[in-house]
Amino acid sequence: MSLPEDVRRLPGLVTEGDEAVFAEPWQAQAFAMTVKLHEKGLFTWAEWAAALSAEIAAAGPDDPAENYYMRWLAALEKITQEKGALSETERLERRDAWDRAAKATPHGSPIELGAETRS
Amino acid sequence: MAHDHDHDHHHHDGDHSELSETALRVKALESLLVEKGYVDPAALDELIETYETRVGPRNGAQVVAKAWTDAAFMEKLRSDATNAIADMGFIGRQGEHMVAVENTEDTHNMVVCTLCSCYPWPVLGLPPVWYKAPPYRSRAVSDPRGVLAEFGVQLPENVGVKVWDSTAEIRYLVIPQRPQGTEGWSADKLATLVTRNSMIGTGLALTPDQVAS
Repeated sequence: MSLPEDVRRLPGLVTEGDEAVFAEPWQAQAFAMTVKLHEKGLFTWAEWAAALSAEIAAAGPDDPAENYYMRWLAALEKITQEKGALSETERLERRDAWDRAAKATPHGSPIELGAETRS
Repeated sequence: MAHDHDHDHHHHDGDHSELSETALRVKALESLLVEKGYVDPAALDELIETYETRVGPRNGAQVVAKAWTDAAFMEKLRSDATNAIADMGFIGRQGEHMVAVENTEDTHNMVVCTLCSCYPWPVLGLPPVWYKAPPYRSRAVSDPRGVLAEFGVQLPENVGVKVWDSTAEIRYLVIPQRPQGTEGWSADKLATLVTRNSMIGTGLALTPDQVAS
């Protein structure tokens, strides 16, 4: 019944330690947006679970646990698009706008959209 | 205006900022959803704070301790866990359809979500990393005793292990067995014995000795 040691010691099954709820702030943001969009009725929780499961399944069994919120984010991008909350073009343009704004912002200052046109 | 997470950007080209690819994607989503009125930044912050500080396994421990000390509550938990738990004030998302599964002399219960990470948030908070990881999700079903051994749990041979696979609709809470030597303990004191893992089924409730040491 017991498996060989190398199979049993699969990475990711860290059984001890009370980890922080979120490893990085963006994970918390992605989590909270999902809950709020569900509350708003953009999707049912079953639809969300299906979207997240699909991302997790596509990543395969060797996907490290640390990537969990990456899968979450990809699922959120897809479901907001499928449900018509925003389009892929809008999302990619906005990503680029934040990139330009960040690069135009002096280190230590808050990053604001349009910062590159303001100086 | 979306929030800034100073820890997300780091030095670049001397005196300018740069956001990671992931942070850019999250900011893009968030700023668009805020503009379109789908989410409110203050509400996002409040929700995050709730899950980081106020919702966690202590809630579930109170449910278990009450079940150990109040037979009528245990009965209600068996027949309608959702409402029994809601009556204690633990209401919220992912707790809408709760089922309590009770460990006995001959059955040990263990909970997994093989597809993703469904978990009873109102009573346990958000799931630990290992719960979301592929090894646990696959092996909890194929080799539950091996998984339990890695968590340091050795069950007698005559105890069967029942694995419950969560769904988007149904969430399970394991009611561990009340440890020996706790006769006369108050519910509050008993709750200190109830670990998060004991309510997922990857652990047992602590014994009075384990808490004292």
